Order: sequence, then structure tokens, then C-alpha cells
Amino acid sequence: MAVDMPLTSTAARGNHASGDSRPRRRRSGRIWVKLVLGLLLVVEIYPLLWMFLTSLKSNSDYLNNSTWSLPTTWEWGNYSEAWSTGHIGLYVRNSLLAVLPSLALILLLGTAAGFALQIMVWKGRSLTLLIFLAGIMVPSQMILLPLFTVYFQAGLSGTLWPLILTYTGTGLPLTVFMMATYYKTVPRELFEAATIDGAGILRAFWTISIPMVRNAILTVGLVQFFFIWNDLLIALTFTNNQDLRTIQVGLLNFTGDFGATQYGPLFAAICINVFGTLVIYLFLNQKVMKGLTGGAVKG
Amino acid sequence: MHRVLGDRRAIAILIGPALLVYSLIMLIPMVWSLGYSFTKGNTIDGFTGNGVANFTRLFDDPAVGDALWFTLKYAVVVTIGQVLAGYLLALLYVFFLKRASALVRTLAFFPVVLPTVAVGLLFQKLFQVAPQTGPVNSLLNAVGLESIDWFGTAGHAFWVLVIMDVWRSMGFYAVLLFAGLVDIPEEVLESARLDGASGLRLVRHIVMPLSFPVLMSSLIFSINGTLKVFDSIVALTNGGPGSGTTPLTLYMFQTSFTYSDYGYGSTIALLLTVVCLLVTLVVFRISRRDLTKG
Repeated sequence: MAVDMPLTSTAARGNHASGDSRPRRRRSGRIWVKLVLGLLLVVEIYPLLWMFLTSLKSNSDYLNNSTWSLPTTWEWGNYSEAWSTGHIGLYVRNSLLAVLPSLALILLLGTAAGFALQIMVWKGRSLTLLIFLAGIMVPSQMILLPLFTVYFQAGLSGTLWPLILTYTGTGLPLTVFMMATYYKTVPRELFEAATIDGAGILRAFWTISIPMVRNAILTVGLVQFFFIWNDLLIALTFTNNQDLRTIQVGLLNFTGDFGATQYGPLFAAICINVFGTLVIYLFLNQKVMKGLTGGAVKG
Repeated sequence: MHRVLGDRRAIAILIGPALLVYSLIMLIPMVWSLGYSFTKGNTIDGFTGNGVANFTRLFDDPAVGDALWFTLKYAVVVTIGQVLAGYLLALLYVFFLKRASALVRTLAFFPVVLPTVAVGLLFQKLFQVAPQTGPVNSLLNAVGLESIDWFGTAGHAFWVLVIMDVWRSMGFYAVLLFAGLVDIPEEVLESARLDGASGLRLVRHIVMPLSFPVLMSSLIFSINGTLKVFDSIVALTNGGPGSGTTPLTLYMFQTSFTYSDYGYGSTIALLLTVVCLLVTLVVFRISRRDLTKG
């Protein structure tokens, strides 16, 4: 269970790796590396640049001119078109209304469970952790149909509750596992010294342990945010009503609302979706990288 | 000594809610879905018992065979592609960029966080042939080749899917594998160099064996994800042309929601789960065996 493949050791190693040992054929090596880097840069960046430029083209500009060309007129109106006529604004709102409550629930329940599994001492806790772990493996397809029946019979279809509940349930296994791992770094003795009874330990969980794992909560929260925000399968299953569509389902069905495909607004809608997550990544990339890769190394 | 930390009421309050939600949303539905496999019908029309008919149908249904084959083919090719591209990038980071690699690592990682639907639609347009010649076909034309109708045949569409999913996640695996590579002590590499090992031989005989554990966990993680592929395919090809790029996940979804056959849908979901477990188990066993040998 080696989570936390330490990205922290990177800096230390990077320093003395570049110190001695110079490769002999350095110049030819350099050119080769530069070529690869250039290619990498083009492959990573150009699709997004192309997408952005195309989002500013008019329909005839897109259809009649070369795909490499700059927009002949810069149609910023494509964005407002996508936002209102294409209902992207509504879909973003729906996504937020589904993601934020799920995220809050996942983090609260998951942190408490991680604390109970790692800090508290009781029989059956390793079994309980295993039961949670099983949930990471099983494909979501296995739970969709029974949940559909339950939500339908409980009268929840037609609301965002099916999404919130399902996201919370499917987000818990990884969160519980990651939080339990993070709590390994917190010494148990701290809580023994600070508390004398059961009520005290709950208070200590909240006032002492939460500040200590604040960073971990932010990291796990980011991971779960991307998972839920980018989810298609669950959203597609439970949003049978057009007004409930999340951004991903809305984008998938985007062309439907215009009659003929309007390419500018379509690309604008893709851009809105992409640049939203990109802005978060721009500011928190180290945490995102640490969280996403940390969650992966769970074997 | 652990009197306070063993307080039952506190434990129940801390873990109870998570366990309850997890059981209601995941554990119970899993078992319930198993029960659906023996029925016919759906939520709206009701369910009737169906014995093992869904299971015999599973073995006779050519669409299941096709979907299973596609799922495995896709998972194997994309897993190899993702991990290989990631490993090459990680080697680039460690041996050529060294201290300067942080920026490149961060840059190559970003496609991972992009919504798959958006990336799928983007790649659809990048590779399109009509109504507008997209950048990829324009590039082909520029070097004197004919445009390819990438989504016209299942064979071509498959490769667009592979390219897209490798593009999306190679930066992720690069960071994952990089963490394993930087842990190799510099002294080991240095003494191997003094013994005359360099380039490919250094990688083959020193770096590969030493980064084997993290390589294996990357493989397991990748195969587990690719077997469950859904978003990429729905956004890029929606299973087409025909059902040429339909994996088990999508076939299950269509059976359940397009044809309203929840019973058979559950049976396909069960097959998918079994395949995931089996493949992971096999990869895990192989990695264990080789580890003791090396």
C-alpha cells in the first residue's frame, strides 16, 4: 500500500544528478533532446490552440478556409451564443450544483472514516478498509441499474439528487483509502494525550486532526473534483431531463439545440469546458499531480 | 493504553455515515445487480424471472463476443501505448532534462485533467475529413498523401481512439514512472557506466529491473482503467461505425437504456466485472512472479 510515491524526493535527486557524470556526446544529445521537446510541445499545445482559434471563427470561415488559418473576423460572440443559446450556462450551473454538495459530503465522510480506520483502535478495521478498497475495482456499470430503480421509485428522478448520492458513494472508496494513508503520518499519541473520553476524541478529530491533514484534504478534494466534474457515465444515466444536464452531457448533445451545427459556438462550448479545468490546474498543478498519481499507486 | 481510541460510540459516529452511504450506493446495488441478471424487464415495466436465459444468451450473442474482443484489444494496445510513452517521457525527464524537467512534467501532465468529452469532441474535429478538412488530414495532404476518413472504418477509428487516450494520459504515467526512476541511486548508475554500460544497455539491464515495481503498478492501473473505457468512446465515435468500436461498457449501456433490457444489461455488467477482476489478477500474478526472479 505504498501511496505517496514521494514526488518530494524529486528535488533532492535532481540536484545531485546533474552534478557530476556528463554524457560524452553532449552536443548531439542536446539537439536530439531539443527536437523531442519541440515535438512534445507542439503535440501538447497545438490542439488546444487550434481549438481556441476555431472557437472564434464564423461558420463560413470554418467551413471554407484552411484549417490552419487565423479567424478572418474574431467572433467573440460565439461564447455568449454557446453560453445562452447553447445552454452551457445552465449546464455549468447544474454541474456545480451536483459537484459541490457531493464533494463536501465525500470529504467530510471520507476524512472521518479515514481517521476511524487509521487512528482509532478497533477490531475489524483492516477488514473494513478492504471492503472500501473493493469499491475501487468494481466498474460503475455494476451499480447503475439498481440505483436507477431506487431513485425512480423514491421519486428522485427529475432532480439532481441521484447524481449527488451516486457521486458521494462512488467517491468514498478512494477518499477513505487516501485519507487513511495520510493519517499514518499523524502520531496516535497526540490524541491520547489530548482527550479523556469519547466526546473528547470527536472534538480532537475536528480541532486537532483536521488542521493537520488540511493539505491532504485539499489534494484529495482536487482529485475527486476532477473525477466528478469530468464524469459522463453517471451523469448520462441519471439526467433524463434536458434541464438537469451536466456540462459533460450537455456538451455531448450540444449540436441538438441549434438545428444545423454551429461550429463556432460548439468550439466555444468545448473551450469553456476545457479552460475551466485548465485554470484550476494552472494554479494548483503540483497538488493535482501529487494527488492523481498518489491515488494511482495503490497496489 | 488505547482506552480513548477504542471508544465504540466515537468510532461508530466517525465511520458509520461513510460505511452507510458506501453500502447503500455501492455494496447493496452490486448484489442487487447480480439478482437482476436472472430477470427480464426494466424499472418502468417491471421485472419477471428469467432463469439463466441471460447467461446462455451471453454465450450465443455475437455482439458480446465482438464487444469483449474490442475491450481486450483496446485495453492491451492503449495500456502498452500509455505506459510505453510515459516511460520514454520519464527517461527523458530523468536522464536528459534533469533539473529542468519540472516545467515539462507539469506541461505534459495537463491533458489528464481535461474533460474526456471535450477531448473526444476535439479529436473528432482534429481528425475529421468533412465538412472541413481537419488539421491531421491537412497535414497528410501537405506531405502529398490522401485524406483518410478516420471515422469511416472501425480499424481507423480504433487508432484515433488509441492516439487520443495515449495523448490524454502519457504525461500522467510519465510522472508516475518518474517517481520510480528518481529513486534509483545515482551510485548504481555511475558504477554501471564505469563498467561500460550506456544508452539502451543501461536502460535494459539496470534501469528497467530497478523500476520494475512502479512499472507494474502503472500497468495494473492502466489496464484497470482501459477495460472500463466509456467516456472517450462515447464522445469520439459513440461505438461506430456500426458497432465497430463498441466495448462492453457501451454495449451494456445501450442494452439497458436504449433497449430497456435491464436483466441482460446486468449480465453484461457482471461479465465486465469478472473480466476486470481476472485480468488484474493475472497481471498481478505475473508481476509477483517476475519480481522474485529478477
